[in-house]
Amino acid sequence: MSSVVALDRLLDTRRVWRGQAVVPPSASQPTGHAALDAALPGGGWPDAALSEILSAAIGIGELRLLWPTLARLTASAERVVLVDPPHIPYPHAWLAAGVDLRHLSIVRATGRDALWAAEQCLRSGCCGAVLCWPKQADDRALRRLQVAAETGQTLAFAYRPLQEAANPSPAALRLAVDAREVRVLKCRGGLAPARPIATAALASGGGH
Amino acid sequence: MRWACILFPQLAMDGVLRQRSDADAPLVLLAGTAQRRRLQAVNPAARALGLKPGQSLTAAQALSQHFATAEYDPAAIERWQQLLAAWGYRFSAQVSLHYPRCLLLEVQSSLGLFGPWPRFEARLREELTALGFQHRITVAPNPAAARVLANAHDGLAVGDETLHQALAPLPVERLGFSREASSAFARMGVRNLAQLLALPRDGLAKRFPAEVLSQLDTLLGQRPLALAFYRPPDRFEARIELNFEVESHQALLFPLRRLTADLATYLAGRDSGVQRFVLYLEHRNRPASQVPVGLLSAEREAAMLFELTRGRLEQQQLPEPVLAVRLVARDLPPFVPEHQRLFEERPQQSLPWEQLRERLRARLGDDAVQGLGARADHRPEQAWSSQSADVALPPCGPRPGWLLAEPQPLREGSVQVQAGPERIESGWWDGGDVRRDYYRVETRAGQRGWAFRTVGNDGPLLLHGWFA
Repeated sequence: MSSVVALDRLLDTRRVWRGQAVVPPSASQPTGHAALDAALPGGGWPDAALSEILSAAIGIGELRLLWPTLARLTASAERVVLVDPPHIPYPHAWLAAGVDLRHLSIVRATGRDALWAAEQCLRSGCCGAVLCWPKQADDRALRRLQVAAETGQTLAFAYRPLQEAANPSPAALRLAVDAREVRVLKCRGGLAPARPIATAALASGGGH
Repeated sequence: MRWACILFPQLAMDGVLRQRSDADAPLVLLAGTAQRRRLQAVNPAARALGLKPGQSLTAAQALSQHFATAEYDPAAIERWQQLLAAWGYRFSAQVSLHYPRCLLLEVQSSLGLFGPWPRFEARLREELTALGFQHRITVAPNPAAARVLANAHDGLAVGDETLHQALAPLPVERLGFSREASSAFARMGVRNLAQLLALPRDGLAKRFPAEVLSQLDTLLGQRPLALAFYRPPDRFEARIELNFEVESHQALLFPLRRLTADLATYLAGRDSGVQRFVLYLEHRNRPASQVPVGLLSAEREAAMLFELTRGRLEQQQLPEPVLAVRLVARDLPPFVPEHQRLFEERPQQSLPWEQLRERLRARLGDDAVQGLGARADHRPEQAWSSQSADVALPPCGPRPGWLLAEPQPLREGSVQVQAGPERIESGWWDGGDVRRDYYRVETRAGQRGWAFRTVGNDGPLLLHGWFA
């Protein structure tokens, strides 16, 4: 009989590849859309991490994707910060979506200051979610946001154009949104579901 | 009543040293006329060089070249006394600067809050050390006794019954009598208080002025001492003169940290906060640059005040080297501590939202952080405000999530009208009259927008929002 090979020595020589430990699904941050929750490995947004929303254009439902989450957070008195939003949030629509505006703050900043402000908000740990619209965000800037979100245990959302999908990103979740469907490009803790989710399957954000 | 006397044996030196980042370097304080400069005080490092108080400056320079000099400034001593009184006001309602370089605190009534005395004393010492002042602390049943005990002791606390015992061995010249009386006692062979008390009282009254007996009675607590109590001023002002011309922000941070810490000390004593203060950077040939710091709520935490002022200071351009830094706070509203839940949901070292907001405002500008509020107005431009507001809204049709600040013309034929029109006609009373027909439109890419055309105008549709 051949000698018994110790398992840990085999592992130490890196000849055996080990899969990553499975992250137990914790639906602590449901998206509010049943179809999307079912597709995501954690049953919702990755907690304390950066999620990227790559939208093909403005006005195709990219806010409706987040409104249920923001409504849930503001209802439990968690602060939501919008850092440098591209347009003015129309209060009536946000109210109709259930967002409590008393817990919503808008930070006006441009360029690098906006990234700095988003990072400060994430790191502080006093916000429930931070939304930002970085204009020229390189890999390093996104990684900083990701680390800040981990430090502050805060949900971070970065809206970026769909062209960025070709570039790698340190975000824990990447969603590509266009007028018809939502595709999961990358999700930490599981394989990205190949099948896109039709926008029609997402619950309407309210108001219409 | 029990009185604590905190004596500052080298107040002038400490006051200068605490403004310098190199506190261990030899330093002497100079006084006297321009012709006869002499050393008023020296720090331990200068003493090690052989320098002594009372030497002339030329003699000192003959001994060593390697020491820094600063002016002995009686006005500065007065300022430090005021700061220390403001600090002491936090611990006792009865604070007096009756004796020079010395702080009298009534501590009996404060023991319930800060006591027992050993713990209270430890706290006083800890804070004074942090402020950078050397000190001696004694406690006695009356302020005069506490003061003379501080001449000979540090950390001594005596009660009513041990007062005589503690005072008896004190030498006569340390009891606060006039110089003539002290020397007269010395010539009589009276060396300490016990011997003095053994003398017949009527004989003393005959041979010495009345002040001697009254001082004796005050010491023993048989005669009250009228004290002027400290009342905190309504504004804070502090100034640090830099010992060289500073051109970089980095070198301003040390004095700035001292100033904000002093401000925080003062505010804690007064139980108030600060909402607005101005930092003046003084130049040689120009009026001082001002760095105003405004906060949304009253604050008084030293680290936070420093951080915010630093944020504002770093944006400031220095047109000329800075000679001195001055901090002036006039608006001192009462401080209301923030309510915190007992079981905070975020237990990690999270920064409160108020502090985060101030940090953002400090760097990005006063208007950088806004809320969002709805207004009961149908005109989209008037329907929002940057202040959070709680108003009842009239029912309205679907509204887009994004509102464009400026409406943009849409190319004819690039969009399909999905729904509409919805007439919005309002504002005739304030000059912002609008008459518009709003349509829900969709582009070929599937973007859904909100566009309008002014009634009676055949121009292109103007895009005003996105149903995002």
